[in-house]
Amino acid sequence: MAIEVIKPGLATTVQDLGRPGYYHLGIPESGAMDHYALRAANLLVGNAEGDAVLEATFQGPELRMTENAVVAVTGAEMQPGVEGVAQPIWTSFAVKAGQVLAFDFLKRGARAYVAVAGGIDVPVVLGSRSTYALGALGGLEGRALRAADVLAVGKTAAAVKAGRSVPEALRRAVPATAELRVLPGLYDFRVTKAALEGFFSETWRVATEADRIGYRFRGGRPLEFVPRKQPFGAGSDPSNIVDTCYPYGSIQIPGGSEPIILHRDAVSGGGYFMIGTVISADMDLIGQLQPHAPVRFVAVDMETALAARREANQRMAALRASLQ
Amino acid sequence: MSTKTIAAPLPGTFYRRPAPEEPPFKNEGDPVAAGEQVGLIEVMKTFTAVLAEEAGHIRRFLVENEAPVMAGEPLYELEI
Repeated sequence: MAIEVIKPGLATTVQDLGRPGYYHLGIPESGAMDHYALRAANLLVGNAEGDAVLEATFQGPELRMTENAVVAVTGAEMQPGVEGVAQPIWTSFAVKAGQVLAFDFLKRGARAYVAVAGGIDVPVVLGSRSTYALGALGGLEGRALRAADVLAVGKTAAAVKAGRSVPEALRRAVPATAELRVLPGLYDFRVTKAALEGFFSETWRVATEADRIGYRFRGGRPLEFVPRKQPFGAGSDPSNIVDTCYPYGSIQIPGGSEPIILHRDAVSGGGYFMIGTVISADMDLIGQLQPHAPVRFVAVDMETALAARREANQRMAALRASLQ
Repeated sequence: MSTKTIAAPLPGTFYRRPAPEEPPFKNEGDPVAAGEQVGLIEVMKTFTAVLAEEAGHIRRFLVENEAPVMAGEPLYELEI
């Protein structure tokens, strides 16, 4: 069983749950921007939750299956169709040998996850099949798909049924204005109190540059820094600090003007101050934000962040139970 | 003659010119051949060419140069 790529889409990559454990060496975890959608897609087609799938950003690919396959598409609303017949999302459906799976325009969200029963079978690199394109690592030759690529699909463990569906309540919708919960800290002392309040009260918009490495935002007022003599080793810009490690989800604001949330393909360190960190429960949602989408940052404390993580885990448990 | 509304294939920023100082790819009223470039959409630091899928005349653009555009949003009208 294989998948022939007729059209690759804009930026379609092989992703699984990533390769944690090498960030200290500068290799980010990579993996699906939206873990929940990836897990749901895999469960729908009877795969292990962390099997490799395709992550299609903003635009779907066109794919031909060489053998009968069971497929599921989750995440962004990007209507799949088999030979022109529309198929539901968050639901498994059959694609016969030789048939073409294509996608309509993106309606909501940003990234669709396409799971095929058996999982995408590319070589495992440092424990994962995920593509880290900036480092040319993993996935298919370390890059996004191109036309005429052929992807191998693994063997299915058991017969898989089409027509399995994620209950409506367990499909995550992308709100009109997304609220991203942030634990303030790390270097927030570098900006004035007024600037910090401004950051959390304004509406920001996703910049067109936002990608798997960092989600950039525009539209808020520039932040004012607390004056200081820059310490030895820090750059001259007031947003510079002495080089340090960057956590996933940390928000750096170079020059105080455009916040960037580091995401799955993050750089591991550098010299920009960070105003805080997006809580782990909200990282998936970032991956579903389109360019120009309005976003607000909401300050929360550690207790709220941990409660949100528990809630996300409960939701995942409910999803597993519903698809057993 | 009929008018068809062509939608943007991607979200991003729409450009009607290859560079700020250069003339637009197409003006309103211009004939266009299938596969000819009518604009650019910038997203994720990548510029993707917007190509005409069929021949006709461009009646009018519905999105301004350098304006944000959503996938599926009407981009221009084509007379065929």
